[in-house]
Amino acid sequence: MSDITRQSLSELVENIKNKKLSSTEVTTAFIARSEKSKVLNAYITEDFTSALDKAKKFDQKPNLDLKLPGIPMAVKDLFCTKGVKTTAGSKILNNFIPTYESTVTENIWKEGAILLGKLNCDEFAMGSSNETSFFGNVQNPIDKDFVPGGSSGGSASALAGQLTPITIGTDTGGSIRQPASFTGTVGLKPTYGSCSRYGIVAFASSLDQAGPMAQNVKDCALLQEVISTYDTKDSTSIDFKRNHYSKELSNNIKGKKIGIPKEYRVDGMPKEIDDLWQKGVQFVKECGAETIDISLPHTSYALPTYYIVAPAEASSNLARYDGVKYGFRAKGDNLIDMYEKTRSEGFGAEVQRRIMIGTYVLSSGYYDAYYLKAQKVRKLIKNDFDEAYKKVDAILTPSTPSSAFKIGEKTNDPVSMYLNDIFTVPVNLAGLPGISIPAGHDSRGYPLGLQIIGKAFDEQNILNIAFAMEEKINFKNKITDWWIK
Amino acid sequence: MSKKKSEYLINRRDNQYEVVIGLEVHAQVLSESKLFSTSATKFGAEPNTQVSLVDAAFPGMLPVINEFCVKQAIKTGIGLKAKINNRSVFDRKNYFYADLPQGYQISQFKDPIVGEGKVILDMPDGQKEVGIERLHLEQDAGKSIHDLDPQNTFVDLNRSGVALMEIVSKPDLRSPDEVSAYIKKLRSIMRYLGTCDGNMQEGSLRADVNVSVRAKGAKKFGTRCEIKNVNSIKFMQMAIEYEANRQVDLIEEGKSIDQETRLFDTKKNETRSMRSKEDAHDYRYFPDPDLLPLEVSDEFINKLKNDIPELPDDKKKRFIDEFKLSPYEATILVSDIDIAKYFEEVVAKMGKNKDMKLAVNWITGELFAVLNHKNLEISQSPVSAKNLAILVNLIKNGTISGKIAKTVFEIMVDEDKDPQKIVEEKGLKQQSDPKALEALIDKIINDNREKAIEYKQGKEKLFGFFVGQAMKASGGKANPQLINEILKRKL
Repeated sequence: MSDITRQSLSELVENIKNKKLSSTEVTTAFIARSEKSKVLNAYITEDFTSALDKAKKFDQKPNLDLKLPGIPMAVKDLFCTKGVKTTAGSKILNNFIPTYESTVTENIWKEGAILLGKLNCDEFAMGSSNETSFFGNVQNPIDKDFVPGGSSGGSASALAGQLTPITIGTDTGGSIRQPASFTGTVGLKPTYGSCSRYGIVAFASSLDQAGPMAQNVKDCALLQEVISTYDTKDSTSIDFKRNHYSKELSNNIKGKKIGIPKEYRVDGMPKEIDDLWQKGVQFVKECGAETIDISLPHTSYALPTYYIVAPAEASSNLARYDGVKYGFRAKGDNLIDMYEKTRSEGFGAEVQRRIMIGTYVLSSGYYDAYYLKAQKVRKLIKNDFDEAYKKVDAILTPSTPSSAFKIGEKTNDPVSMYLNDIFTVPVNLAGLPGISIPAGHDSRGYPLGLQIIGKAFDEQNILNIAFAMEEKINFKNKITDWWIK
Repeated sequence: MSKKKSEYLINRRDNQYEVVIGLEVHAQVLSESKLFSTSATKFGAEPNTQVSLVDAAFPGMLPVINEFCVKQAIKTGIGLKAKINNRSVFDRKNYFYADLPQGYQISQFKDPIVGEGKVILDMPDGQKEVGIERLHLEQDAGKSIHDLDPQNTFVDLNRSGVALMEIVSKPDLRSPDEVSAYIKKLRSIMRYLGTCDGNMQEGSLRADVNVSVRAKGAKKFGTRCEIKNVNSIKFMQMAIEYEANRQVDLIEEGKSIDQETRLFDTKKNETRSMRSKEDAHDYRYFPDPDLLPLEVSDEFINKLKNDIPELPDDKKKRFIDEFKLSPYEATILVSDIDIAKYFEEVVAKMGKNKDMKLAVNWITGELFAVLNHKNLEISQSPVSAKNLAILVNLIKNGTISGKIAKTVFEIMVDEDKDPQKIVEEKGLKQQSDPKALEALIDKIINDNREKAIEYKQGKEKLFGFFVGQAMKASGGKANPQLINEILKRKL
């Protein structure tokens, strides 16, 4: 049975369609491995019984025309799932059971997939190591006591640890790509407006975007094809022609122009990251593409800009968690007292820090100096990319400035933690698609990722480049199942 | 000192103060569904029965603009002769309150949908123009109910997310009467347009009133106080009067006025400080990232312009030109769309040979008296426009006298019947046959010979007596003009 969980999504779909495997067999295998993998703490909520029921039901009358026929999968606990507790990794939503389904998960279930459970994440997706979750740290399957990255840490851990064949995360500043990089998996942050935000617990509305995470590029393309739909329930959803990303996937990238931005060679970047990047340049050249040195002059302003815009929106988005309507409520002597106690006890330290930063930058007297200026810089960052895309088809950068770090290593140093997002954040600010693919290992054997950034709505192009590179790189994740006795 | 008839001044010793007033009117958009959700907006529904997941701000819920509400706001802007902005932005106004589920109100701050416009008021001493600063769309909050339980506050979210238009006037108003006229005119325009029902009892129209005072003739504005959420014209007038006098007293005492937000206590008839400028909320406005800027093309606006009905000012002009009404009569008849509709129907049903003056008198006299007495709107009138038109025609063509008409009208109020039929059934037709009347009068003179002699001797007052006797004998149906003629001849 254990070999079932090693199969890629494409293999599982193939085997189910050929009736070599039933949904029940596949579901049982992933449940069994999940049960043995509690040490990873990847799940916040398990929905195994119900998953098995659904699998059996699927097998009784299998619809094999679907794209994810009877495929079990767990999703980040930021997606609202009807009848299944949705916490966003926070105490404040610890008892919250939605009566509705997010559009993205709805799209997945419509294609035949089955919910295994809800995966751990940083509280309200605020974090880069999954250490801000109310439900505890998540272990990286790569090595004991190493973080899986964040905020989609539970998703990355469950995927790399083969607790789920595919998964979805959300990416506000790198929350899909950084954990993908830390766990040797593939993660795509689509163009802003590609995947509906309806039913996803909001962090920073102008940056949040759901995206697929998978073992390989092809699986990632298939999942993107399923989740990306135009949705009138989200006013920022964009009605553009969406490709059949998996069907149209091609490793032919001959003649493509790939930009190498000099500003991403940051001070103090480990040599192995730089080496990986050079290796990436070689790979794309071997694939027949051409690399061109480009400049994205405002890159160094991206992180400070992000840490103004995102907390500003978050401070307002999280105002609804006030103990009045749903979720955790602390007893108070009066309304204000109830608010203060509910929010002090219900939110963790990082969320409180960001609410305070956000409240500050929007305050009268500071708005112009911080929020308004950040919006202007954001525009400049977007213009940088627009300029670059006059010359190149895509941009290649490292995904992160380091490999996975130890749990607890950076918890007392938020700025060092925020630096993790230095290569991913500009992509969110510009609303562009970006994909992280595993491209090598550091000296300890921990995975390292490369990021390919595309033009808006050009997911197919970066998937193709990633697909071509994946073949050349031939990455093998070094996972020893250390957590299974 | 010269003083215009309607000038409103506050006098203290030798000093005269002028009152400066600006209004922020909150008008509920007439719409079946809310500004950003599909929930219903019916008034008086059971608490929390018209609440969607969006209205209650559940996690992951997103606002989607209701195009109908946008059209309503633009139409109102057109009615206020205002500039319609092709691009407007929804902002979040952040504050915490139990009946504000999102923790912010979606409103428009820097870029409203409607810019500057104007409203014309008909005041006793002429017309007055009041400037409109802006009109923007925003969400209403829910309702906190504090008096159902000693310990807890209950929250009703039916109103949460209902679309409001905030119409901000320039500080152009100078008296409680002007404020009354302004509110009535706004209400009238919006009712003509069908963009707000203007029902103040149901809270569809309420206002924040900004009041300041200054020495008469001064150019600089005084420090203003804002009286929040006043929901009737009468209360607005009372609040202004109280507040203006309070401010004048402070100045007279050599004290300064603090810029603050105040509440009007309708029981004590006074305004009370709610919060000072220092305590003012910092609403941390910023563009709502869940919504794109609202773009409306000129084509879209022009299409709405074509749907705009004749508005009160134009209708008034037409009534004066076409029907030769006095400005006073025309003002009354156009003041409310339903009155205007009723009047126009009466006019249409009267046909060719119509007496406009008589029709106006009957509507503004007898009909208004009945409506007033029965506390009815004209749309609920027990007498249809068609039947009133017939009645007026019956008077005009001499079938019945004005006096008999009143009797007929009373019957019509009880049962809205064709007055022609009433006249026939009750035999109320006017007696205009000179021979019959002569015989009747001969008999009266014969029966009252002594009085006839007294009359001839100069006691002219007795003429009335004979008219009365004649009318009585005819059962009130005799044509009074003929009676007069015959009596004069015979006596």
